[in-house]
Order: sequence, then structure tokens, then C-alpha cells
Amino acid sequence: MSERYGFSLTTFSPSGKLVQIEYALNAVNAGSPAVGIKASNGVVLATEKKSKSLLHDDRTIHKVESVCKNMGLVYSGMGPDYRLLVQKARKLAQEYMLVYEENVPPTQLVKRIADVMQEYTQSGGVRPFGVSLLICGYDYDEDRPFLYQCDPSGSYFPWKATAIGRNFVNGKTFLEKRYSDQLALEDAVHTAILTLKESFEGQMTEDNIEIGICDKEGFRRLTPAEVKDYLAQIG
Amino acid sequence: MGDDILSYNGGVALAMKGKECIAIACDKRYGVQNRTIATNFTKIFQYSDHCFVSFCGLATDVQTVSERLKFRTNLYELREQRKLKPNVLYNMLTNLLYERRFGPYFVFALVVGLDPKTGETFIYDSDNIGAVSDNVNLATVGTASEYIFGLGELFFKPNMNADELFEATSQALLNGVDRDSASGWGAVVYVIEKDKITVRELKGRQD
Repeated sequence: MSERYGFSLTTFSPSGKLVQIEYALNAVNAGSPAVGIKASNGVVLATEKKSKSLLHDDRTIHKVESVCKNMGLVYSGMGPDYRLLVQKARKLAQEYMLVYEENVPPTQLVKRIADVMQEYTQSGGVRPFGVSLLICGYDYDEDRPFLYQCDPSGSYFPWKATAIGRNFVNGKTFLEKRYSDQLALEDAVHTAILTLKESFEGQMTEDNIEIGICDKEGFRRLTPAEVKDYLAQIG
Repeated sequence: MGDDILSYNGGVALAMKGKECIAIACDKRYGVQNRTIATNFTKIFQYSDHCFVSFCGLATDVQTVSERLKFRTNLYELREQRKLKPNVLYNMLTNLLYERRFGPYFVFALVVGLDPKTGETFIYDSDNIGAVSDNVNLATVGTASEYIFGLGELFFKPNMNADELFEATSQALLNGVDRDSASGWGAVVYVIEKDKITVRELKGRQD
């Protein structure tokens, strides 16, 4: 068993940048696109889920994951790093529940996840996570939905709507035009699909995109049948 | 005798529910076995606008647990930018006490609270390792707890208003502590309502 390095591998460059984090962001920007939109009564997360081969069993692996009853995640970047973060996020949510007997408010969970990501930029012998997360949740105390983005550096941003991954600039421009505060969840799902479509190569089907929604009832991933209905409505 | 740790310092507290109001009261004695050292040792602590906890038992643990709970609640309020709710507070206390399951603190606690929006009332009773009761109408802790419980049951009526509640709580406490040598020397009663909290000091038998 090799011993852990005592020093961090993420060090400052002369210009004041942490190059490892920049590279991590490159990994994110090369990943498949993901979109998050906050409506007046909920949040929608959507992502492209293209398989590299016809032999892939699409329906077994998921990109959109729930963390606890009222929160969900999606990512752009490296899948395995994402898996780890999902596990950590789930554990953090349960630890909160154990101590306070309350569902973790989205703002609190995001802080804790971001702290984990930051840890990996300053601990010995590890590299930053190669994912950006979109975290959605419903806060029962404030009675409103939240959408956050978490970056490899550990910074987090609250968004009304955002896109990450490949072509995110175009995605955000598209959203800037389409977004309105009065958007309801149904419309937000349509807008999310249209945003993904902007950078989608080929035909969009219920098997190559994934959608999750979070409202007062909680977070859930849409079934392929539901996704098919939304796609049909868009035409 | 230093035999029974929980009665080494003495002290007692009582909590009772009314209609959209709660009363919590405690005695003021601080003693070391049969010697009374001070008569200003109150055992009720405030953790939020409408959340109070009373600790009875070994005096050092009363102080330590109340302070350590304050530490945690302060951080909670800073991190979450919101005030504590009674059920969250009692859960934090349970956690704190159970962390010392095999070398416990010697305090029993009463957690009381009121939701200012709905008027919903909460009283929870905890042992020293974090076993919490359901939301009850009446609860007591301390060396004279059984005496006060009996009187409390006698004076309790459902849906009392703040004044009736104050009378019932005060009478139960003052008369109960007269039967216990380790409690008494005055009392403090907090009556918690949606819009105000009234604190009254009572002078009972000074013995």
C-alpha cells in the first residue's frame, strides 16, 4: 500500500491560477451537455445520455440521480468522479437528517458538497474532481425551489437557468432569451429539451436524454414513457 | 451521600401546555448535598425566540450541556441563517447526549417550544442519554419531579390561557418543592406566547 502524499498536487502558477482546476474545467467542458432551469414551482434537470454503441443497455445506467427526497443532481464531465460525489452527497444528506431530523435545505447540502470538492484541491496526493454538478432542490422552510451549480474548484453558484458541458455558451445564450420568472414547470421541461436540442447531433429519443424534476412533492427522474410524451409535444 | 449523582446538587423543573402558550418553571437552589450554597441558580436556557430548554441534575453538567448545546445552535443559526424549531432543537440535544452514551452527562432535560405562526406547542422530556418522549402536555425533571408531577396533573386543564397556565404551573412547582429538601429557595416561571414571553420570579418558602 503506497502512503499518501503529504503535499497537494494542485499548486499555484506564477500568474496566480490553479492550473489543475483549469484543466478540470476543460474536462467538464468536453463532457455531454446538461441543462438546469428553475421554474416558479419547481426545477428541471436534463442531460444528453448518448451511448457509444448499440449494444449498450441504456436504461440501466442513470445520469440524473436523486440525493434525498427533495434534491437531485446531474453532471457534465467524468462519470466515475460523479458517482463518488453522488455517494458522498447522499451520505451528507442522511447525516444531516440524523442530527436535525429535518430534510436538508438545498443551500446547506450544496455548501457541504462544494466543501468536499474544495478539499480535493487542497489535500495531499489527490486531484480535483472532473465534474461540474447541477444541484436542484426544494426548500420547505422558504417554500421555493433552488438550482445550484458546483464547480471542480468548490465554487457554487445559484442559477435561474444554466447549461454546462459541451456548447454551454450557446446553451446559456439560448436560455437567456427563453427564460422568464413566470415559467411553470411544464414549460421549463420543454425549454430544457429545446436547449439540449441546440447541441444535439442526431435524433432525440427517450433513451438518449434523461430528465429529472423537483417540486414540492420531491425529486424524481422522469420515466422513458414520460420523456417520450414531452418529446412528442415538441414535435 | 455522593451515592446518587443526580441528587447531589438538587433542583427541579416543570413544563405545562396551554392554548397556544407554554409555561416552563424551575427552582433556584444550588446546593452541595445538604448545604445550600446559592439561591440564584436558574436552570432554564433560551435557544431561539420561542425555544427553551431546562436541565436538571449534576450542576456542572447543567452548565456544560447548556453551553455545548448553545455552541451547536449558534453554528446552526449562522450556517442556515434561520432560527431553530423545537423539534430540531430536541433532536440536536438527543444527539449531543447520545454521543456520551457510555460515559453520560448527568442531566435530564425538558425541551419546550412554540411555533409563533401556528401557535402549535411542544414539550419534550429527555433522559440523560437522549431518550425523548412524544410531545406531551406536562413534564417534570429533577429531584422533586414526582411530587411536582402529581400536583401538575391535579392543576392541569386542557386549553388554559396564559394566566391560568401561570397559576397552575407556579402552584404545582412551589408546593411540590416544599416536600423536597434539595429543591426550592425561589422559582422562575417563563410563560411563552406567540407574541411575548413573560418571566416572573416567585418567592416561596426560603428553606
